[in-house]
Amino acid sequence: MDAPGTSRRSAGSTRRQFLLGGAVVGVGAAAAIGIDYALTHTTTPASPPSVPLNGAEVVPFHGAHQAGIDTDAQAHATFIGIDLHADVVRDGLRRMMRILTDDAARLTQGIPALADSEPELAHAPARLTITFGFGPGFVTRAGGPRPTWLGPLPPFAIDRLQPEFSDGDLLLQVASDDPLTVAHATRMLLKDTRSFGTVRWTQHGFRHAHGTFAPGTTMRNLFGQVDGTTNPTPGTTDFDTVVWATSGWLTDGTSAVIRRTHMNLDKWDRLDRPGREQSVGRTLSNGAPLTGNNERDEPDFAATTAIGFPVIPEFSHIRRARSDNPIERIFRRGYNYDHSPPDGQISDSGLIFVSFQADVDTQFTPIQQRLAELDLLNEWTTPIGSAVFAIPPGCDQGGYIGDTLLS
Amino acid sequence: MSIRTTTTIKTRLVVLLAGTALAVTGCTSNTPTAAETPIPAGEAVTMTDAWVKAAEEGMSAAFGELANTSDQDVTVISARTAASSMLELHETVENDAGEMMMRQIEGGFVIPAGGALTLEPGGNHIMLMNLTAPLKAGEDVTFTLTLMDESTFEFTAPVKDYSGANETYEGDMDMDDMDMEMGSDN
Repeated sequence: MDAPGTSRRSAGSTRRQFLLGGAVVGVGAAAAIGIDYALTHTTTPASPPSVPLNGAEVVPFHGAHQAGIDTDAQAHATFIGIDLHADVVRDGLRRMMRILTDDAARLTQGIPALADSEPELAHAPARLTITFGFGPGFVTRAGGPRPTWLGPLPPFAIDRLQPEFSDGDLLLQVASDDPLTVAHATRMLLKDTRSFGTVRWTQHGFRHAHGTFAPGTTMRNLFGQVDGTTNPTPGTTDFDTVVWATSGWLTDGTSAVIRRTHMNLDKWDRLDRPGREQSVGRTLSNGAPLTGNNERDEPDFAATTAIGFPVIPEFSHIRRARSDNPIERIFRRGYNYDHSPPDGQISDSGLIFVSFQADVDTQFTPIQQRLAELDLLNEWTTPIGSAVFAIPPGCDQGGYIGDTLLS
Repeated sequence: MSIRTTTTIKTRLVVLLAGTALAVTGCTSNTPTAAETPIPAGEAVTMTDAWVKAAEEGMSAAFGELANTSDQDVTVISARTAASSMLELHETVENDAGEMMMRQIEGGFVIPAGGALTLEPGGNHIMLMNLTAPLKAGEDVTFTLTLMDESTFEFTAPVKDYSGANETYEGDMDMDDMDMEMGSDN
């Protein structure tokens, strides 16, 4: 946004700097010292920690790409699908995205949003990123060219999709290592979305807490599996090729597929360890392919057992997901979910599958098609939600997310 | 809504107040006295984090942080915008009954030399008394402030949805969602 209201300042210190800036007179000076003491007293621990607190860590907001895609996945994420009000057209979309961009640009940097009624909750971003995606309804109302892949995925035989976890006009992905920060940022964004749309679905996800494992460690899902080993590495040409779009208003953007996948843990409990490892083709201990020793070892799909069967079964997840076509690759950035169980059960758990790819039709769909046709993991997993969004590129300080489509 | 303004700013009063503030600052400022020609106040004022509350009709308010980079106090005498046919500079004060009431500030807003004045819900604010059109979230509204030396300062503020800033107006008899706030100056 180019409004003067977007000027930057360091979080929480403006008033103190003014008060100590030599402008204080008479009795005001004593009051100012009191305020300064109160501020520093509440924000500085008695003995400073030897390492910087993660709460102060900031991921840049502005740039060619939106943050929250190539950002090492934070511990917590909330995904929200929003339905636009019927009367919101191009001008309304532009106004909404300018406001939401300004909120995101501030909150991710540890600065309260304008009109933030709980500004203290903004001071610890803990690597907060806020990522926006446009559904087919958004792009149609914007009058922009709609990517051919932007719409519901083709139906798969394994799907049991529920409307309350599917589709939507606008995606908010709010992620941070601190769940309180996620909650505050989400509420702030939704307050500023209320004039333009209603919440269609919300999905809360988590990974291991910050500091439990080294950054970049592949996550585990609630089956105990190492999940995401073959991801391209952010910062490499390979990643750029897989993820970033290269034409039109979506240049430097990408696409997001979000599929809520219920995991039947009770049924999984009945499967013993060898069966669990064969279903995916990797060991549970460290995620190594059944033909290797380390997580990153290349699977040897030709290797056979003493009696001639493939070591990595034909029906295993990694065999079915793998394609000889190098185009058919995606970048996964999913989260676990674990909610209150229905009556008589002890868990309602699963995976918020999230993948980013330059083109859904050529990269994601062929993989999903193969997995739907045959993947032993389907015995224990059920897709119950599905949504596809175009993720516009990032913006610079004078711009807003979506300006390549709406300006 | 029945809006009754309490006072009209008297120019002489403003000059008097501004002069007093200058004298106070002069005694205690660390800045060496410079014999330079004073710059127009409008060039010394900045506004950051400005925003306006969205509203369909009637009243609204603008907020933000006004700063003064000069070594003399600056007084904001009035504000205008195309978004409202009538603007007032308001302060929020406690009345005799201990209730916080907003009213037009006498003498305008004083931004201290080298300091800042925060306009915020529950405190000082620029009151839009009579909107000319709905203020929609995400729009920009431009304001022009007139300062004590008749120079002006312009800033633009985005419109934001906000549920607060429902201060009781001194003398207002018609606030539906306030029950105990009958004006005390009737």
